[in-house]
Amino acid sequence: MLTFLARRALMSVIPLAGVFIGVFVLARLSGDPSALYLPVTASEETRAEFSARQGFDEPVLAQLGTYLAGVFRGDLGTSLRTGEDALDMVLRAFPVTLALASVAMVLAVALAVLIGSYAALRPNSLMDRLSSLISLAAASLPDFWVALMGIWVFAITLGWLPTSGTAGVIAWVLPVATLLLRPLGVLVQFVRGAMVTAMSEPYIKLARSKGATERRVVMSHALRNAAAPALTVAGDLAVGLINGAVVIETIFGFPGVGKLMIDSIIGREFAVLQAAVLVTSVAIFALNIVIDAAYAMLDPRVRTAGKAVSA
Amino acid sequence: MSTAAPILRVEDLDVDISTHSGDLAAVRGVNFEVREGETMALLGESGCGKSLTASAIADVLDPVAHVTSGRLMLDGVDMRALTPAHRRGLSGSAVGIVFQDALTALNPVYTVGRQLGEPFRIHRRMSARAAREEAIGLLERVGIPDAARRVDDYPHEFSGGMRQRLLIAIAIALSPRLLIADEPTTALDVTVQAQIMDLLRTLRGDSEMAVVLITHDLAVVSEESDQVTVMYAGVVVEQGQTQDVLSSPRHPYTRGLLDSLPERAQRGEALPSIPGNPPDLRSIPAGCVYQDRCPLATEVCRTSRPRLSSENGVSGQRAVACHFPLEGRDE
Repeated sequence: MLTFLARRALMSVIPLAGVFIGVFVLARLSGDPSALYLPVTASEETRAEFSARQGFDEPVLAQLGTYLAGVFRGDLGTSLRTGEDALDMVLRAFPVTLALASVAMVLAVALAVLIGSYAALRPNSLMDRLSSLISLAAASLPDFWVALMGIWVFAITLGWLPTSGTAGVIAWVLPVATLLLRPLGVLVQFVRGAMVTAMSEPYIKLARSKGATERRVVMSHALRNAAAPALTVAGDLAVGLINGAVVIETIFGFPGVGKLMIDSIIGREFAVLQAAVLVTSVAIFALNIVIDAAYAMLDPRVRTAGKAVSA
Repeated sequence: MSTAAPILRVEDLDVDISTHSGDLAAVRGVNFEVREGETMALLGESGCGKSLTASAIADVLDPVAHVTSGRLMLDGVDMRALTPAHRRGLSGSAVGIVFQDALTALNPVYTVGRQLGEPFRIHRRMSARAAREEAIGLLERVGIPDAARRVDDYPHEFSGGMRQRLLIAIAIALSPRLLIADEPTTALDVTVQAQIMDLLRTLRGDSEMAVVLITHDLAVVSEESDQVTVMYAGVVVEQGQTQDVLSSPRHPYTRGLLDSLPERAQRGEALPSIPGNPPDLRSIPAGCVYQDRCPLATEVCRTSRPRLSSENGVSGQRAVACHFPLEGRDE
């Protein structure tokens, strides 16, 4: 298991570096920070001095080198605006996004297993058709539109929920509900499909022939088999949630890493943006490794394949 | 021949399959009985209803198939009249079934120990540890070497023949009164087939259980069964002691099957076969189900369905559903 994790971590380094270099170079194409931070009337000398102090006058490759050297010392740079440590800013925002995404994902998975299994056990029933229709809608509606409609209906018209902010559990309702819709819709469809397949497998007949109760047949034989593929899809969706969080956090004024990224792009805060991308990428790669490990735990056939390779 | 009451008696069994265009009569009026220590072979081509009959007895029919009438008597009790919970209590304890496709019948995500132990957990409420011990004993009984170590392996780590042994082990775990073997060797290669049949014979010899053996293989019928029921297009066409039926078939279909054996063909000639195909279940003809392929069919075969009737003079075990049963074969 440890060699499996180590191998996966090593394999993640190359794409991680690719992502990071891409962001580093692209950020510098977005414009010169001195235009934003110095008064319009500032002289050429002042601008040059500002750029030299921040190192922006060097070639991009040299800037990258300097930056990476800093990363290995644990120095991710500072905010141009406030002078605050970029890593500190990201680490303050990250738990908010993590909490938002985790709550949304846990709820989506739990609801999807319930609704998807229920529909799968009664194929073509009214409930099955209804859940198909609603989950399709949930998966297809654009999140920014749902967010705005949610604010309009529940915050402005009905006045039940706040429009933005993080004050109290009630402020989390709209962002979480908006964020979980897409993964929920996709997962309901997927769990239903996986359960219909599992329930028609010969091993279900074998379980019945042993005198297993319907509950045992579904919970311990079918669901356990449907879990592994569903987990992979859930993992993909969880990564997508980070993207969704950028939109949702911006709309609802949530101080998460998504909003931080948008703010730092607007403010040409290269150091903050890079720190945010770096931390998020590492988190996503870690998530992928966890999913692979969990898959191997759920499906013994994958485990054996790993054994054969490492042997 | 034992005169004891039969363990299993199937009476007028009908099974329908639901489709978009209505219900198909997949099994009609099947009757047979199996006594202690006896093996009844259900013989027929694919789609003749033999596996549906087996699934109906073991209560593992697919959701699209239903028993619409008839009785399934196990030790004098109609299993169809029981409550679902009661019926489940028989599955895996009094009735065991060995499935056809050992490659997919085992659950891929559980160790074989857990799957072999499940009947003990369900019916005897054993602890996981005790059930695992029983599983090791079962593995040894069905001839899997190194049982104590292999009990924690997963199905995909076993060969096809070994997996079939695992299925047999599950079926006999609680020493059932009735064992149903649904083409237990179809998916295996020839040498392994022989080993599996040997194993089944040994296990049957150990006990008084009744066996229903589903097969399309005449050699298996001849070697393994005491009685045979020949099915065609959902109905029984002939029934009797295996030796009698195979040596002097009364129904033209049984005769056709026997004549199709490669052993009977002359070298250099095309292998004999029964011309035509079994009727489509959507359009079973009135009259005899075999009329379209039968060399002896006449007008009466087109209009009136022959009843399965015991032959005069012969013991009640021998029966044929034909208007013009064949006389004894001249060998």
